Amino acid sequence: MRILGLYNYWIFIFLMMVGFYILISRRNLVKKILGLNIFQTSVFIFYISMGKITGGTPPILVEGSEEVIYSNPLPHVLILTAIVVGVSTTAVALALVVRIKEAYGTIEGDEISAMDNQIPF
Amino acid sequence: MSVLVDFALLAFLATTAIAVVRTTNLFAAVMLAGIYSLLTAGLFTVMDAVDVAFTEAAVGAGISTVLMLATLSFIGSKEESPQVRITEISAKVPDRRPLFPLFAVLVTGAILIWGTGDMPPFGDPADPIHHHVAPRYLEESGHEIGIPNVVTSVLASYRGFDTFGETTVVFTAAVGVMILLSAIRRKDRYGEERWGEEDVPNLFRGFVPNFWLGDDGRMRAPPSPQEPGEGGEGKAS
Repeated sequence: MRILGLYNYWIFIFLMMVGFYILISRRNLVKKILGLNIFQTSVFIFYISMGKITGGTPPILVEGSEEVIYSNPLPHVLILTAIVVGVSTTAVALALVVRIKEAYGTIEGDEISAMDNQIPF
Repeated sequence: MSVLVDFALLAFLATTAIAVVRTTNLFAAVMLAGIYSLLTAGLFTVMDAVDVAFTEAAVGAGISTVLMLATLSFIGSKEESPQVRITEISAKVPDRRPLFPLFAVLVTGAILIWGTGDMPPFGDPADPIHHHVAPRYLEESGHEIGIPNVVTSVLASYRGFDTFGETTVVFTAAVGVMILLSAIRRKDRYGEERWGEEDVPNLFRGFVPNFWLGDDGRMRAPPSPQEPGEGGEGKAS
């Protein structure tokens, strides 16, 4: 039962590491953004997992009933904000990628740094 | 039962994430990311976070995917794998060792998994997170704010300034995207690059009537009937 209780956290760590791996091993900038999104979503899953109570209901008040167990609403509020902010940063990152493609003709990170460092070719 | 759904969705999520790593087609990767967001939304529903679930489904699976696809329409959808570097410059770039990222990820993951040993068990009502401010919101927000949905009460009332700050972030991002992309539109319209030589800021280009702009993109007086050769193209556009 102890292992069952930690399964969510392990998958969260796995997803986070997959996102991290994409971020540091892929050179393509769009792929890096996708990795960042996976990383970010794994943190969302972590927060929402912590707010869950087994047998609970969504935190929407039920009239005249004192017996209901509600899951914790605070992580939900934090993550709502985080999702919207995450999409905003994704949009800015994608706009930057479009400009980089226009200026350098490539979105492969190593080629861009090679051009910046003036490797003769 | 919901535990089974939880397990299945988490397994799907892990599989989709692996697929995103392995594909080199960016279009496929973007579509997989959309599936990933939708699975996340399902998982949030199972874990009682209904507001988060529909925000994730609309914003994560919807808007993000559309933004990504719009980007791909500009840049093409092929990721060059390190084995197939076709441009000349990439031959000059020293190859990065692929094992180092894997090593870094494995070490970080191992440390984090070691850390979960101290985490309170999933779904236990005795977890510390449920015993500080959360009960107060659950008990009082019904009388104080009068909205049955506690998440809405906290988001829009107790933490209203925070949400205002979030809106400011979204606005700033929108302005940033508009400024970044306005230069693209400039190049498209006139077919050549112009850097800072216009008197109409591109941000406002959409609001300036077309016949005010000359062929060089500068504002000019409306063509007068005395100059027959000048105004021909301006009128046509």
